[in-house]
Amino acid sequence: MIFSIVVYATPYSSQAASTALQYCEELISQEHQIHRVFFYGDGVQAASALSCPQQDEIQLHNRWQQLAEQHDLDLVVCIAAAAKRGVIDQNEAKRYGRVNNSLGDRFTLSGLGQLVEAGIVSDRVVTFGESR
Amino acid sequence: MSTEKSCLIINRTAPYGSSHARDALDVALTSGVFEMPLTLLFSGDGVWQLRKEQQPDTIEQKSFAANLCVLPMYDIDRILVCSDAMAQRGLSLDELVLPAESVDAERIRTEIQQHDLVLTF
Repeated sequence: MIFSIVVYATPYSSQAASTALQYCEELISQEHQIHRVFFYGDGVQAASALSCPQQDEIQLHNRWQQLAEQHDLDLVVCIAAAAKRGVIDQNEAKRYGRVNNSLGDRFTLSGLGQLVEAGIVSDRVVTFGESR
Repeated sequence: MSTEKSCLIINRTAPYGSSHARDALDVALTSGVFEMPLTLLFSGDGVWQLRKEQQPDTIEQKSFAANLCVLPMYDIDRILVCSDAMAQRGLSLDELVLPAESVDAERIRTEIQQHDLVLTF
């Protein structure tokens, strides 16, 4: 079955941010296909390579990076949601005149069309994160 | 890309306390680009999003109701409101910025079943 995952949950504030990662790991182990993981709202913070969790905590950003590398996952971050939260790549840093960038190299900034397209081509779309 | 799949966006949150209402509207407008049949359902505190006479400038926010008013221009005109949520908050259809259809809980269950993609904000 083809799945897409939508993550609204904030890393380290919401358990759902971790559950999304574990869910993806389980999907892969059960040999389902993940078309895309789309990060939206506060969920975009998982894409920040500047996050420094304590050593005994879940290394959310690194785990997403590793999973994407091992299984060629498409990790897409909503560009509008990300830019206003300081999650930007080199291009955006240049565009906005910022010295630093923060986006992990396995993540891609793109538009909401990627969320809608994921809904069209996937058999299931599963969202993680309380909407309030 | 056009699609036979349909999308239901459920709005459950008030317009200014969080970014969810605006996030949902952005997804709605994007789905229009894909010519995806779309229904918007407002339930719970989400019905406040449609209330006329919003004055968000006092809290340095942009008018959400004004943004909702562009929906008909994107051919998004299937707008449902939960009748219980409206009654609980003392709201009537003529106090809303857009024409909407009032639906009960049973009908909401049917709508969720009938749509391929359901996103909740």
